[in-house]
Amino acid sequence: MTTLASLYGQTIFLLSALILFTSFVMLAQSRVTALVNLFALQGFLLAVTTALVAIVENSSHLFLSAALTLGLKAVLIPLLLHWLILRMGLHRTTDEVMRPLPLLLGAASLVVFSYYITLPVVQLSELETRNIIAASTASLLLGMLLMISHRQAISHVVGFMAMENALFFSALVATHGMPLVVELGIAFDVMVAAVIFGVFFFQIRESIDSLDVDRLSRLAEREEGL
Amino acid sequence: MAAWLINLLQVILFVATAPLLAGWIKILKCWSQNRKAPSIWQPYRDLAKLLRKETVVAENASWIFRAAPYVVFAVAVLAAAIVPLVAVPLPTDQMADVIVLVGLFGLARFFQALAGLDIGTAFGGMGASREMTVASLAEPAFLMVVFTLALSMSTTNLSVAIETLLHEPITVRPSFVFAALALGLVAIAETGRIPVDNPATHLELTMIHEAMVLEYSGHHLALIEWAAQIRMMIYATLLVNLFLPWGLADRWTVAALGWGTVAVAAKLAALAVVLVLAEAVLAKMRFFRVQHFLGFAYLLALLGMLTHVILEVGG
Repeated sequence: MTTLASLYGQTIFLLSALILFTSFVMLAQSRVTALVNLFALQGFLLAVTTALVAIVENSSHLFLSAALTLGLKAVLIPLLLHWLILRMGLHRTTDEVMRPLPLLLGAASLVVFSYYITLPVVQLSELETRNIIAASTASLLLGMLLMISHRQAISHVVGFMAMENALFFSALVATHGMPLVVELGIAFDVMVAAVIFGVFFFQIRESIDSLDVDRLSRLAEREEGL
Repeated sequence: MAAWLINLLQVILFVATAPLLAGWIKILKCWSQNRKAPSIWQPYRDLAKLLRKETVVAENASWIFRAAPYVVFAVAVLAAAIVPLVAVPLPTDQMADVIVLVGLFGLARFFQALAGLDIGTAFGGMGASREMTVASLAEPAFLMVVFTLALSMSTTNLSVAIETLLHEPITVRPSFVFAALALGLVAIAETGRIPVDNPATHLELTMIHEAMVLEYSGHHLALIEWAAQIRMMIYATLLVNLFLPWGLADRWTVAALGWGTVAVAAKLAALAVVLVLAEAVLAKMRFFRVQHFLGFAYLLALLGMLTHVILEVGG
């Protein structure tokens, strides 16, 4: 039984490492459709991790949040984003990162940083999953880095959603999930956010003919020098 | 004494079966492209033919050009001596660990690049320059994989590490998953497979390894080709024996050694299938994209190390 339990624990560790890995791959991804697919994959991994923790801890409300994560973050929101991308004809757009390698190495140093800042928390915690707290904090920071480094509005939304994933993940590994009411509320918020973002996309595109948010920082409508 | 004998036998087996692996990969490659495959013994025939043929050396070749094939081959055999193929522990592991292995590869590459420059043809220089570019990016990633292993196993000694892995209960290590992926990418780059280099082409703009050895003929070429096959075998063996060590012999009985041989052969054959499938779906990438490929390998290895420190050791 102990070996089985330790295998469970190791699988949770492996899955959380994979979640961190998807955050890295998302950071280097330049195609928006692939980015959305990666986000769906991350949601799926997160749902599996939640279900595993639920089995180990034998807590029923975690099963519910696993199902919620699967339905919302692995299926519904990616589908919505794909539909938006198709509607706006963005499925061939690339969102090139200027210097992918320095960005990824910077991301790796963010992982070290989050390990450093979560050390005191980890030492206070008694849970078996306490080592994962640093990984979840790292994927939170990586989501933020995704929003900073990419220029397409869709990528920003994916980065935002990835941050939300990471927050849920931290709650899962640090305290074995938030109360169900809070989780339901957040899930609803994310849902609404996805819809509102959709509306915003259309607004942005109507005003600047593109979803490249760098153009929003320019004051004049015409290119300089024209 | 018996250990030394088995070690010697293992080196001979390593050197003798390296062309077999190359032949198997070639067969799989042909099948994946709907072509008629040559016999699995074809690499042996090629080597035998090259060994019989006259060796032509350019007029302005220096001793480096003549010595390089012997150095490259000798280094490959030396490297094969410290990688456990069918049995652990090896007595040679007392002398050299995995960092020495990286160094040996570096030595062979250095001489091969020098030989490529020696003749002074454009292709040789271009090939040497490209080889060194790829190597300078692949080596850090390889070393990072080595360090991840060393941290988990608290040793850089290959046989000790494999023996520890063999005797522990089944453990899922996230760091090993990343390290295995990184080593796989490094192996693809270092052995000149698609998408980094295409071993089957002599197209002047794309070749890396072939451009360097273009001037060689006869038994010089045979030695270099054989050394390349041994290097391929070493990388493949490292991948399967480090990350899937089950089946390796840890006793000096005939049955255990036999099982070890069968297990390693099966694992290598399966790895070749994976390699060929990957090559079938990938296209050769532009040379200037190789840095992204190897940067990704480095990142994977780095992530392996970080996940080891964060998840497996903890605060």
